[in-house]
Amino acid sequence: MKKFLFLSLFIGLSALVYGAGAIEGEIEKQPLNISAIIMFLIFVSGTLGITYWAAKRTKTAKDFYTAGGGITGFQNGMAIAGDYMSAASFLGISGLVYLAGYDGLIYSIGFLVGWPIILFLISERLRNLGKYTFADVAAYRLRQTPIRTLAAFGSIATVILYLIAQMVGAGKLIQLLFGLPYELAVVLVGTLMILYVTFGGMLATTWVQIIKAVLLLSGATFMALAVLSQFDFSLNAMFAKAIEVHDKGEAIMAPGGLVSDPISAISLGIALMFGTAGLPHILMRFFTVSDAKEARKSVFYATGFIGYFYILTFIIGFGAIIMVLNNPEYLDLAKQAISGGSPILGGKNMAAIHLSHAVGGNFFLGFISAVAFATILAVVSGLTLAGASAISHDLYANVFNKSGEVDEAKEMRVSKIATVGLGILAIILGIAFEQQNIAFVVGLAFAIAASANFPVLFLSMFWSKLTTRGAVYGGSLGLATAIILVILGPIVWVDILGNAEAIFPYKYPALFSVTVAFVTIWLISITDNSQGAKDEIKAYDAQDIRSQTGIGAEGASSH
Amino acid sequence: MTQETVERIKNNPKYQKLVTERSRFAWTLSIIMLVIYYAFIMVIAFKPALLGIKMGMGVITIGIPIGVAIIVIAFALAGIYVNRANGVYDQLSQEIRDELGEGA
Repeated sequence: MKKFLFLSLFIGLSALVYGAGAIEGEIEKQPLNISAIIMFLIFVSGTLGITYWAAKRTKTAKDFYTAGGGITGFQNGMAIAGDYMSAASFLGISGLVYLAGYDGLIYSIGFLVGWPIILFLISERLRNLGKYTFADVAAYRLRQTPIRTLAAFGSIATVILYLIAQMVGAGKLIQLLFGLPYELAVVLVGTLMILYVTFGGMLATTWVQIIKAVLLLSGATFMALAVLSQFDFSLNAMFAKAIEVHDKGEAIMAPGGLVSDPISAISLGIALMFGTAGLPHILMRFFTVSDAKEARKSVFYATGFIGYFYILTFIIGFGAIIMVLNNPEYLDLAKQAISGGSPILGGKNMAAIHLSHAVGGNFFLGFISAVAFATILAVVSGLTLAGASAISHDLYANVFNKSGEVDEAKEMRVSKIATVGLGILAIILGIAFEQQNIAFVVGLAFAIAASANFPVLFLSMFWSKLTTRGAVYGGSLGLATAIILVILGPIVWVDILGNAEAIFPYKYPALFSVTVAFVTIWLISITDNSQGAKDEIKAYDAQDIRSQTGIGAEGASSH
Repeated sequence: MTQETVERIKNNPKYQKLVTERSRFAWTLSIIMLVIYYAFIMVIAFKPALLGIKMGMGVITIGIPIGVAIIVIAFALAGIYVNRANGVYDQLSQEIRDELGEGA
């Protein structure tokens, strides 16, 4: 095991060195980023060390899926925040602020407000009822096979879509930051992620996430302070300067064109809020703490960290307007020659990266680049673990295994095989989608989470009359509606398929697909007069008592 | 859990108190959060200029403190809930468990 880790570290090292050599031809575009590579190597060796430590503590299935249930509320809050503060949200939101000002804040708020609601309504019930995956909760009193199949399908679809977005983002980012070839970057991310998850399970995944969250929050804090210090900490002076240099002028201080009509606004709000409460890698984190008390604390800390982070990205975006925009050092001259304006190297999502150079020179650029890489690694690890758990715990142990007896060792082996399989799939998809427009992918992942996973999970906990038939029909129809509406919507139908006009006019299908799911579940459940349905309704009381009091809930393991 | 235990817990006044009070509290806080958020979204959808009104002499628009306030409120509401749930409600549920003789 130890030998293997060192070997892979060595392979990783030589890959980096090789990659660094390979870009010499285009060094003008991307100078070799030595400090970034060194800091990234420190992060990788540190996290592989943690994986080695975690591997020794990961013996049972419970250890593997939930770190033995021994993570504290504070640690889990940090890890949840880490899962949520992906490279896409760090670079994407600061880029959005850089481009459009206030609109970036609207997005952040949408991403955040789901958290308190998850806390009030879901977190403790989830903790009290579940074991390893959210399907444990949904299938608590319903028929195992159909419900777990549905939940696993929803989980795997969400995970794969999210993985594609992360892998393509990782490849492009690393290509740009470190000067490594795209394919190599994708393979590197995939390999490291497989190592973390297969050997260290949830314990390693959680700690990788915590370390990254600390690094990201410290880096972002430093950047925001560096920007503010230039204006003697006067927000007014900072905003005034940004208005002066931005070509949109005062418009950056108010909502712009991001959310154009009420339907889109509400639909986006629903996707962000319910989608968050249906993301399998986030839901799984609730099973890593010892009880409902710690589960609540996790969400409280997570909300704090995420909110703080979004305020930082807002300042960082404005900082980039002031220090990156119109700065000849970051100008993409080639692009400017074609399309005019003042495009920055690597596009708007690089605004935060360029700002790190502007405030802290090459050393700090290296730090932030390494943190961005670490962020992607940590998020894909969490996603893969969630996907692998759906395959091993839901499909293998509870659907395919008809004997009723679950061999834990076998289940864990399946989980590790699934991790490797998902890792390889992620690498292949990451490479296949390099040239594709993947703007719809994260939106689709959120739409599926909101329309298939969330309604079934939510109603299984809150509505005694939910039946298996209702959940299966409603969840499947919600899933199908989300996919079909995204395909017929403006992003895929017009931007990607090249049609003149979208059949479905809105970018975000959640308002419609979530409604379809809830109405179908309700209608099918109340018309379900089968004996099975009656038994399921009768079983609600016992489930409700457990979800309310935690009597009979899974505890933490002793070590 | 046997049907008998289920009935016993359901009829326990402490359990009824726990369930009623906690659901009322949780739903109230949820509705506060939803109303604030969707009011914000509705202003953006119908009257975005409202958030662009300048405050005092500076360039800062009211949209900015409002946005930050929503983030702070989200955190504060979470804190209020955790404080009550980890104190009062957990105490109640512990008492219910003790009465059942299930220990800690």
